Amino acid sequence: MSQTKKDLLVDPLVDNNPITLQVLGICSALAVTSSLQVAFVMALAVTFVTAFSSFFISMLRNQIPSSIRIIVQMVIIASLVILVDQILKAYAFEISKTLSVFVGLIITNCIVMGRAEAFAMKNPPVASFIDGLGNGMGYGLILMLVGVIRELFGSGSLFGVTILETVNNGGWYVPNGLLLLPPSAFFIIGLIIWAFRTWKPNQVEEREYKIQQVEAH
Amino acid sequence: MSDTQSPEPKGVIARFLAAPPDSVGKTIFIAVAVCLVASMIVSAAAVSLRPVQEANKLKDKQINVLQVAGVYEPGIDVAQAFAAFEPHVLDLATGEFVDDQFDPATFDDIAAASDPELSEPLENDPAGIGRKAKYRVIYLLRDENGALDKVILPIHGYGLWSTLYGFIALEENGNDIYGLQFYQHGETPGLGAEVDNPRWKALWNGKKLRDDAGNLQITVAKSMPAAGPDFYIDALAGATLTTVGVDNLVKFWMGDAGYGPFLAKLQAGEI
Repeated sequence: MSQTKKDLLVDPLVDNNPITLQVLGICSALAVTSSLQVAFVMALAVTFVTAFSSFFISMLRNQIPSSIRIIVQMVIIASLVILVDQILKAYAFEISKTLSVFVGLIITNCIVMGRAEAFAMKNPPVASFIDGLGNGMGYGLILMLVGVIRELFGSGSLFGVTILETVNNGGWYVPNGLLLLPPSAFFIIGLIIWAFRTWKPNQVEEREYKIQQVEAH
Repeated sequence: MSDTQSPEPKGVIARFLAAPPDSVGKTIFIAVAVCLVASMIVSAAAVSLRPVQEANKLKDKQINVLQVAGVYEPGIDVAQAFAAFEPHVLDLATGEFVDDQFDPATFDDIAAASDPELSEPLENDPAGIGRKAKYRVIYLLRDENGALDKVILPIHGYGLWSTLYGFIALEENGNDIYGLQFYQHGETPGLGAEVDNPRWKALWNGKKLRDDAGNLQITVAKSMPAAGPDFYIDALAGATLTTVGVDNLVKFWMGDAGYGPFLAKLQAGEI
């Protein structure tokens, strides 16, 4: 690998972001971004799981039989997710209540599996760990961006601190209810992908088809 | 494992590691080993963290009882404040305490709702809970003279997406509402989840359950019922189905199938 460790860490933030470039992990990004605090904890949890699952899978990579490699990866990822879930329930009870099933669903987050299969199976443990860390942070970055927009304009607050006093609480701001519903995250992520690809045109995918004009006979 | 391709004799472990990972024996070994290690880590975490998690759950429930009774302030000693509350196991059908049969401190009425011995299926089920426990744990709060001050009753029912679990606090007459609070639900943030909004919860304070004729009149709706403002809580904007759910569950639990017999006794001064 010609990539340096710094590249492994920084690349997934913008240039190779798992959400905006690879369009992975969208489902949980829709679900947990209605409040920043929850999005932040989710980002931490995913980063932890991606980093350590990549690390352990990479350590075992020469021993994992290819016929059961996906299952072995899943076992390692699932164990880490349960570990995170148990720790959250013990030490961050309030947040684990809001995250509810989404912590468990980290198992199905394509980013985790994607990094295990695409990177950790072929690279040494430390590089895999950093790659997992970077991808988790790339995911977290988008989560936080979406979370800022959704919480600020949907509930008038950031991290639960009121910024725009809402009408419900006697203020002036009429919150946009759509932003609190999952579909709004679709629009926001779509706009973020658009912005990223305008900023870095080489992220634009090539068309799979071309409209051709056929001369009439 | 028999690995004849090793150029020089090595130890068992080294030979095993060098063996091709795709052989049947190694596949089985890796599968078993990974599962064993993973299950050990997971169960160790689950067992060692259980006491902290249980304490969290208990504290969360206690905080909610304190909040609905209006005695919670951030930073207070929850266990100490909660000690002022008197738990009782209530037989819903008779309205009598059955503390001699069950220990109020450990009886789990949510679990009892799925135990055929301790619950009954509901035919008329407006709250959408399926089965009703025959017994529930309620809390009495007395003032310094020992006179009954507030009654805290657990309630639950189905909203839009989820079952809402909460408490309703009544004044000592068993008819005036002091407060209502849900401690667990999965309603839409910003819409149905506004059941947690302090301004909406404040609407419940001072409302009455029954009119002078003893008819259950309490209503959560978009427009005021004929019974008048004393029995009316405004609906949550944008959360029609959650509102209907709350309306149903409050009517169900305050009605004859719920705490009706107990409230009648309370009003008659028999508690």
